[in-house]
Amino acid sequence: MTQSSSQPGGEAVRYQPGDSVAVRVDNPGGHFRTPRYIQGQTGRVDKLCGVFPNPESLAFGGDGQPAQPLYRVEFLQTQVWSGYDGPGSDKIYVDIYQHWLEPALEDSQPSRRQ
Amino acid sequence: MTNANVGSNGHGDHDHEEHPGTAHDEELGYYALRARAMEALLVEKGICSTEEIQDMVDRVEARSPADGARVVARAWSNPDFKALLLSDPEAALAQLGYSLPETTPKLDVVENTESVHHLVVCTLCSCYPRALLGRPPDWYKSFSYRSRAVIDPRGVIREFGLDLPGDVEVRVLDSTADLRYLVLPRRPEGTDGMSEAELAELVTRDSMIGVTEARTPETASAG
Repeated sequence: MTQSSSQPGGEAVRYQPGDSVAVRVDNPGGHFRTPRYIQGQTGRVDKLCGVFPNPESLAFGGDGQPAQPLYRVEFLQTQVWSGYDGPGSDKIYVDIYQHWLEPALEDSQPSRRQ
Repeated sequence: MTNANVGSNGHGDHDHEEHPGTAHDEELGYYALRARAMEALLVEKGICSTEEIQDMVDRVEARSPADGARVVARAWSNPDFKALLLSDPEAALAQLGYSLPETTPKLDVVENTESVHHLVVCTLCSCYPRALLGRPPDWYKSFSYRSRAVIDPRGVIREFGLDLPGDVEVRVLDSTADLRYLVLPRRPEGTDGMSEAELAELVTRDSMIGVTEARTPETASAG
């Protein structure tokens, strides 16, 4: 859709919509865009948003390469928050760069948070 | 007051009034001083010029929720435009004369329906579709909104006056990366035959964030 979805030299797109993915738990220091509340959670790839320079590099004057595929990932609210009292169909979507994702088993049970 | 973005109407008038270099330092608060220092460093290091900074400030200041309302009203009135807005927002905005600066993060538009309600937040900072809506309201940047919007979206929406039934799926969008989200609110009942200009009057900033729905003709006329 935009020039950003075809960044030369970017990491190859690894996930497709519908894939189950787990968010890595990490604290690389510096600047990163993966909220802590979603780390360790398992979700489903909703769509590929494009391929973008890595903000963890850009934040410190780097060139952002290799560029990272960015996915909108869908999570069930009742799985992310143990105290969530809304309907089980409520969802939260977080935009996550590929290097923060790992393949997840379809039937894996996401961890719960207080 | 340390926060320079004053005014609850989203039109805080006190930012950027002074051209860089003309204000007296002793009148500036902590954050304004810090912004001035960062600007000076960026210019000194040749990363951007004062003119480029001022140009971006002017672009954001020139935008307001009225611009988003115009886009939403067009989408309500024209199914082809709506389809384009959802599939290729930049192309749709270009049809209305809006060209987003190249450095602007990509815009994505999500549609509220009878069965799905979207709510936008940025838990990490205050990412917001500024290129179309201008600056975000203060509450959008508050720690309270940023944390509660993800944990208890229905409670937050209720506090804004909307009690969503259980059969409506709530989808929170945490715009933490390279996308900015605009909610396309539902067209209210009782608006058949209204012009785009009249429809735009019903589209509020908050309805494009997803904390409320668009106004109805009745609530709009009640003030």
